[in-house]
Amino acid sequence: MIPAAFDYVRASSLNEALDLLAKHGDDAKILAGGHSLIPAMKLRLSQPKVVIDISRIADLHSVNQQNGKIAIGALTTHYEIESSDLLKRACPLLPEVAGSIGDVQVRNKGTVGGSCVHADPAGDWPAAMLALDAEFEIAGPNGSRTVAANDFFVDILTSAVEPGEILKFIHVPATANTAAYVKFAQKASGFAIAGVAAVVDKTKKEVAVAVTGVAAKAYRASGTESSLRGVEPTADSIATAAEKAADGIDPLSDIHASADFRAHLARVQAKRALWAAVSRG
Amino acid sequence: MSTTTEKPPVTKSTQKYIGRAMKRVEDPRLLKGVGTYVDDVQLAGVVHAEFVRSPHANASIKSINTDAAKKLPGVIGVFTGADINEKAGTIPCASPLPGGKSPVHTVLAGSRVYFVGHPVAVVVAKTRAIARDALELVEVDYEPIPAVIDPEKALEKGSALTHPELGTNVAFTWGLAGGDVDAAFKEADRVFKLRILHQRVTPMAIEPRGCAASWHSGESSLTLWTSTQIPHLIRTLLPGMIGIPENKLRVVTPEVGGGFGSKLNLYSEEAVVSHLAMRLNRPTKWIEGRRENAAVTIHGRDQIGDHEVAIKNDGTVLAIRSNIIADIGSYLQLLTPAIPTLTGLMIGGCYKLKAVKVDITGVHTNKMSADAYRGAGRPEATYIIERVMDYVADELGLDPIEVRLKNMPQSGEFPFTTITGLQYDSGNYQAALEKAKELAQWPRLLKERENARAEGRLFGIGLSTYVEICALGPSKIMAAGGWEWGCVRIEISGKVTVITGATPHGQGQETSFAQIAADRLGIPIEDIVVLRGDTATAHFGRDTYGSRATALGGTAIAMSIDKIIEKTKTLAAALLEAAPADIEFAEGKFFVRGSEAKSIGWGQLASEAYVAKNLPPGFEPGLEASSFFEPPNCTFPFGTHICAVEVDRDTGQVKILKYTAVDDCGKQVNPLLIEGQVQGGIAQSLGAALMERTVYDENGQLLTGEFMDYAIPRALDIPEYALGSTETPSPSNLLGVKGVGEAGTIGATPCIGNAVIDALSPLGIRHVDLPFTPERVWRAIQEKGGTL
Ligand SMILES: Cc1cc2nc3c(=O)[nH]c(=O)nc-3n(C[C@H](O)[C@H](O)[C@H](O)COP(=O)(O)OP(=O)(O)OC[C@H]3O[C@@H](n4cnc5c(N)ncnc54)[C@H](O)[C@@H]3O)c2cc1C
Repeated sequence: MIPAAFDYVRASSLNEALDLLAKHGDDAKILAGGHSLIPAMKLRLSQPKVVIDISRIADLHSVNQQNGKIAIGALTTHYEIESSDLLKRACPLLPEVAGSIGDVQVRNKGTVGGSCVHADPAGDWPAAMLALDAEFEIAGPNGSRTVAANDFFVDILTSAVEPGEILKFIHVPATANTAAYVKFAQKASGFAIAGVAAVVDKTKKEVAVAVTGVAAKAYRASGTESSLRGVEPTADSIATAAEKAADGIDPLSDIHASADFRAHLARVQAKRALWAAVSRG
Repeated sequence: MSTTTEKPPVTKSTQKYIGRAMKRVEDPRLLKGVGTYVDDVQLAGVVHAEFVRSPHANASIKSINTDAAKKLPGVIGVFTGADINEKAGTIPCASPLPGGKSPVHTVLAGSRVYFVGHPVAVVVAKTRAIARDALELVEVDYEPIPAVIDPEKALEKGSALTHPELGTNVAFTWGLAGGDVDAAFKEADRVFKLRILHQRVTPMAIEPRGCAASWHSGESSLTLWTSTQIPHLIRTLLPGMIGIPENKLRVVTPEVGGGFGSKLNLYSEEAVVSHLAMRLNRPTKWIEGRRENAAVTIHGRDQIGDHEVAIKNDGTVLAIRSNIIADIGSYLQLLTPAIPTLTGLMIGGCYKLKAVKVDITGVHTNKMSADAYRGAGRPEATYIIERVMDYVADELGLDPIEVRLKNMPQSGEFPFTTITGLQYDSGNYQAALEKAKELAQWPRLLKERENARAEGRLFGIGLSTYVEICALGPSKIMAAGGWEWGCVRIEISGKVTVITGATPHGQGQETSFAQIAADRLGIPIEDIVVLRGDTATAHFGRDTYGSRATALGGTAIAMSIDKIIEKTKTLAAALLEAAPADIEFAEGKFFVRGSEAKSIGWGQLASEAYVAKNLPPGFEPGLEASSFFEPPNCTFPFGTHICAVEVDRDTGQVKILKYTAVDDCGKQVNPLLIEGQVQGGIAQSLGAALMERTVYDENGQLLTGEFMDYAIPRALDIPEYALGSTETPSPSNLLGVKGVGEAGTIGATPCIGNAVIDALSPLGIRHVDLPFTPERVWRAIQEKGGTL
């Protein structure tokens, strides 16, 4: 539980952090909340020579609303999201997800950006970001680019953030309160075995359903979504739609849940998430 | 979580402290973070050891190259089995069984490794970080060999062997028979079979192990600080291993952050670190990491039992015939073979069986050793017999309570000799059951279940009426003495120092022993200090395990006080100018019978006894006495646990709605400590019932090597508790106490198991194996066609 030796640098601005990254290349790692990086370093699964601490860059530590869009700084902690009055009003799904993460210590340190970049297949944020069609603003040596949630989560522990880049902001639309996140947690780690975020637009009769924990990366349950497109979301229609929540998916399997059980839980949780979202309207 | 506890009974006697729910004197230092654990021990010039451990479950070692590691700046030495094993002895087992076969257990691996984590070499460096870096530079060339993992397959002819030199995977067989089994089965109206697994679990004490040793070259003596339950047993066993006389070894146990049996052992690392401190002539320290703790500190349970039960149609249980396979892992640790034998001894539970036959086979596999874990063999026994009782009720369509009552001895039948030859000291099982029913609001629970079932919900009620064995134990049944030692010293100032050999390490006896001493001496508790955990202070002791400390260690203290009082009467008589026979002692005062107004207290007497100018002829100065208490028998606490659970049909998730426990641990010294023990025990038991399991894959890789994968209960998992007690004193010691450290882990797992299976019973499910993880429960439901 002792990491290999490393140097520590604190960046005071985004540009400085990008310069440091450019200078140290593959030897460097960005440190945000440290709640994924440091455990990996302690187990020596990750052995960066330089750790660049970006956690005090104030600009990336914010939640702002402009024209129906909300910009969340990558360094915003889970707790800050959980307790944000703005988000509770404008996008209550996010505080709900934040509250389901880890324990108080984890929520106080862990950041939404770090969590998304880390792209843990059992992380909670990917489900919410997919369901909200979030956009990820990424800074790099040649300026910024924006990546849609669907393209952001690439594979197990791989996001679209390239070496040398830093995630700046996550943009989500303001959303009605007809949204919900339900998580079936792995008993030991507390991460999701099956976490489902559902966003229901009752007027348009559209739903967005995203599932995390079940497959190598979080996914949109498109079968479930199309089954409810233009349909009144009732207990019956939801149950039928939820049956499709793991269609075409290759579920993970481990000692905590076999592939069968994971797929089953995806269906159960999809039903529950949809029902919870609808009931809030 | 909330807990309702009944008020402790008001005692009318002159006793002031015994029976009072007092906060622990230990707590402030622990809560403020100023307690001293092994890692807090500061030793000048200390060097740090880290172990190179096998990544394979079974492999031969072709070569070890330590050159690169030795060259790393700051490394002091790298040692392999070839360098150390001859000089650090072999790890002892204190409970070998006749005819058993066990491998030589060297402190580091020789030419082969037998489990993941097996120590292969040790690196010593100036800092822990350098030692950790150097580990990666030690090159070990392993040739992997298929691992022996499944204990049943390990018994098949032609199975690969864990230890080829033994020619078998059978480490030992042990049998126990009482009564006429064949006759009982002939007499039976029905016979049924039940296969019960008790999974392997990892104790996961919050503080991993660790030790530090310092060689005093001037005195040729060694001090070992170690996070252990058993400094005295280590002092008995270690000197011969490392080649020093017993009286040159001092073992200190500072604060211990949880043992639960996992620190009731002499481990390789303690011997290696002691040896290195001598060899290098530098204080040497090793602190176990969490992943090491999961892999190389003993595991618990892990039994597979096939049971055949003979019953009468009226619910009488006549006999049990059991075949138990215990997966003991690769080596025998201190008490490995003894654990399943305790299961055998206690398999009849609190019932009057006519016959019992138990055959146990201990099997070597390529896993970490199994040994004592909180309850040690009794949780397994209780799980079996309490599942049997529910199964009988189910089989015959009887009420589970009626079945239990039918088979229990009456309170007038104690001491009750069981068919396995134990003598249960005292008991009133019916009273505990009655009280638990009351606390649990039994009729209301039944109604709730009826309503829930009518709505299609899976609601279950579970019950367990357990008896266990504590205060281990008379020396005749123990490997190296089952007595306990205590010493009491009235200091010159009149303050009192109590020294116990029982080595409490978090159970709270610094408080409860002071309560015992304060009452017996008639002094304020603030005047007493209880010392423990240092063989230089506590000269003798057999330490803490099997809930023995209060019953045996407490009694040794009471005996010592009685000796001091007797002695002091002579002194008081001289000072009061009376005959010793006329001196009485009450509430801290000595006086002549009939003239209580003129009395002398401890302060004055202590001063006289040590200043020693006015002593009566023949009176030895000083007021100190020590005692060895040799108990005539073990004690047998008992109780009834009741709980209600609800199972989520869609996810298999079990929720405990309410938990009621009535425990009888004999006379209660401190009800608050008892409640704490019961709460913690139930929590650990809940873990074993619902989530905990140590998993090795088919190659012997440990898949539950950290808290990311090994689930233990958290605060939110703990249900609402309703706790109560009955108090049936033990006749086996003068305090009447029995012991309560393991009660929770013994009573609760079967109670929860019975509740879960009761919840599933409307679906036709009659048995599910431990632990009741969501997937396992969901699968059981699926097999019966339960739908989403
Ligand atoms: C005990 C525990 C329980 C947890 N439980 C949960 C849970 O229930 N659900 C859940 O979803 N998560 C859980 N987590 C993970 C937690 O949410 C982490 O905070 C999160 O995974 C990573 O965020 P971080 O800010 O700590 O990132 P760090 O650990 O600092 O970084 C993680 C990775 O992302 C990179 N990185 C970080 N920020 C940026 C950025 N802005 N741009 C580019 N790269 C970046 C780092 O270089 C690193 O590779 C748990 C963690 C712990 C320790």
